[in-house]
Amino acid sequence: MTAGRLLRWESMLAVVLVLEFVLFSALSPYFLSVDTLSDATFNFTERALVALPLALLIIAGEIDISVAGIIALASVAMGMGAAQGVGTAGLAGIGLGTGLLAGAVNGALVTFGRVPSIVATIGTMTLFRGAAYAVLGDRVLKDYPESFASFGQGYFAGAVSNELALFAAFAVLFGVFLHRTRWGRTIFAIGANPVASRFAGIPVNRYRFALFAATGLFSGLAAVLLTSRLGSTRPSIAQGWELEIVSMVILGGVSVWGGKGSIVGVVLAALVFGLVTFGLGLMNIPGIVMSIFTGALLILVVAVPAWMNRT
Amino acid sequence: MIAAWLKTLSDSGRRDLAFAALTLALFIAVTCAFPGFAAPRNLSGLLDDTAILILLALGQMLVILVRGIDLSIAANLALCGMLAALANRAFPGAGVAPLLALSLGCGALLGACNGLLVWKLRLPPIVVTLGTMSIYRGAIYLLSHGAWVNENEMSGDFLAFTRAQWLGLSTLSWLALGCAALFILVLRGSRRARDLYAAGGNPEAASYAGIDPGRMQFIAYTICGGIAGLAGYLWVARFAVAYTDIALGFELQVIAACLIGGVAIAGGVGSAFGVVLGCLFIGIIRSSLPLVGISAFWQMFINGAVILVAVLLSARRREGQRSILEART
Repeated sequence: MTAGRLLRWESMLAVVLVLEFVLFSALSPYFLSVDTLSDATFNFTERALVALPLALLIIAGEIDISVAGIIALASVAMGMGAAQGVGTAGLAGIGLGTGLLAGAVNGALVTFGRVPSIVATIGTMTLFRGAAYAVLGDRVLKDYPESFASFGQGYFAGAVSNELALFAAFAVLFGVFLHRTRWGRTIFAIGANPVASRFAGIPVNRYRFALFAATGLFSGLAAVLLTSRLGSTRPSIAQGWELEIVSMVILGGVSVWGGKGSIVGVVLAALVFGLVTFGLGLMNIPGIVMSIFTGALLILVVAVPAWMNRT
Repeated sequence: MIAAWLKTLSDSGRRDLAFAALTLALFIAVTCAFPGFAAPRNLSGLLDDTAILILLALGQMLVILVRGIDLSIAANLALCGMLAALANRAFPGAGVAPLLALSLGCGALLGACNGLLVWKLRLPPIVVTLGTMSIYRGAIYLLSHGAWVNENEMSGDFLAFTRAQWLGLSTLSWLALGCAALFILVLRGSRRARDLYAAGGNPEAASYAGIDPGRMQFIAYTICGGIAGLAGYLWVARFAVAYTDIALGFELQVIAACLIGGVAIAGGVGSAFGVVLGCLFIGIIRSSLPLVGISAFWQMFINGAVILVAVLLSARRREGQRSILEART
């Protein structure tokens, strides 16, 4: 029953994706070319990489809205490292490490501190971005070594960027982990009923902590890629991304109440999302107007099933 | 005797008292270091700077009390502020009263949209308001085509209303004080307010007692929206400019004020007095930062740290019970 519904949700997303292709190629003659489509992937790969662990976290009944704050903090840490002359590999290490640490802080607040995840991450979101502002103020960091650009600007093979290749690999990994392993089943169980899971002997808090840490780590990864692609760091980097990343996960059919969702859905949602952003951009529609679309989509996606269940 | 009196207080009453002492201590510490801080002029300026935060935090508190959250509050403010500015530009002679009504009404309408989605479709408040936040922001752009409304396009009484001084305080300060007094009285005394606390504290029990928790959420969101709308006009008039990004991210400061002021995110616990204190606490820190020689860029970081300390402390204290509806034994 659940699987059937999810499948329908995912096929709906696939239909939307096809419709987007048809619509945008009809509207713009430049849309259907390998180069254009390759460019379009940069619109979602970084966000989608964070959406993967966040999907697991939301399935487990928690939420993390500090992801964009972590990206900003990790980017600032890398920028400061670069100013001290740290090499490319060291910078990537700083970015990933900062992300992991920030995620562990979230995890500790929720598990040891027993703070509800929404409040905890509202707090850390303010704290992390606040730290970025406190350190940088209105300055910009851009002393990155030349080779650092290869992460976000390089290509893995042909028109497939490093970012896209990374996303594809991790999507498969997360899909297998969530849907084919005991740990994945456990995450669903925790989301469906944390108390019963606890009584069944599942170390619920250990799972929560690990998921928060993983979300932090992937935010750090996104920070490495984004910073490398932009080549500079401002404290306002990735501003508002939490909305887009959470939207992506929920659009992918992951239930905000926990216990339901699939990686296929999240991947499809990321594609739908990226194409819409890119297509609207091709038609010269400004970003702020797109945010109306994003917001409406987010509400529609949760409202439609709620409406159907009601009647 | 004091110990006996303390015993008559509820948990949240005791918390408010402790927090009031802390705020006072902060104030005294700043004053000792910088005697000019306690000058009447500086204090009225402090209140003027904090007034909009107080108004918004009181609205947000109602929403959090019924287990909601309104992330769209700053976007609502910006949209209604832009509407007021555009209306003023179109009809400069119409006076302030229609503008107050317009911004209050539009704000309430936007809040009601949030409330309806949460009540009728039972959607999670965080998702709804995250969505409406970006819709409202986008709507400002559509309304204004991205342009600014500047001071020279605003009529004299549009600007003068918030700045007029009465007994040494601005209209803005008086509005915040009046609203705070109203909230403190009504939330203590009225039956409808008890319903609100009950709906947030234990929705299931409340609905058996004949209270519709969803309807309470709708009412809370509508009031919060109305306040945000009104604050929109006040903000635009005070800073004499309206554009798409005004008050961007301000919702976090408002939520921070509520959490610092002792409102429990799980609903049902919180007092208007505590929230006002929370706002003053933030206000004192903000206005003393430049005195101590710390860059204003630290404000956000400090807010985050204070939120975390506040929620960690309240998570420690809260072990299952809800304090506001406890009998005062």
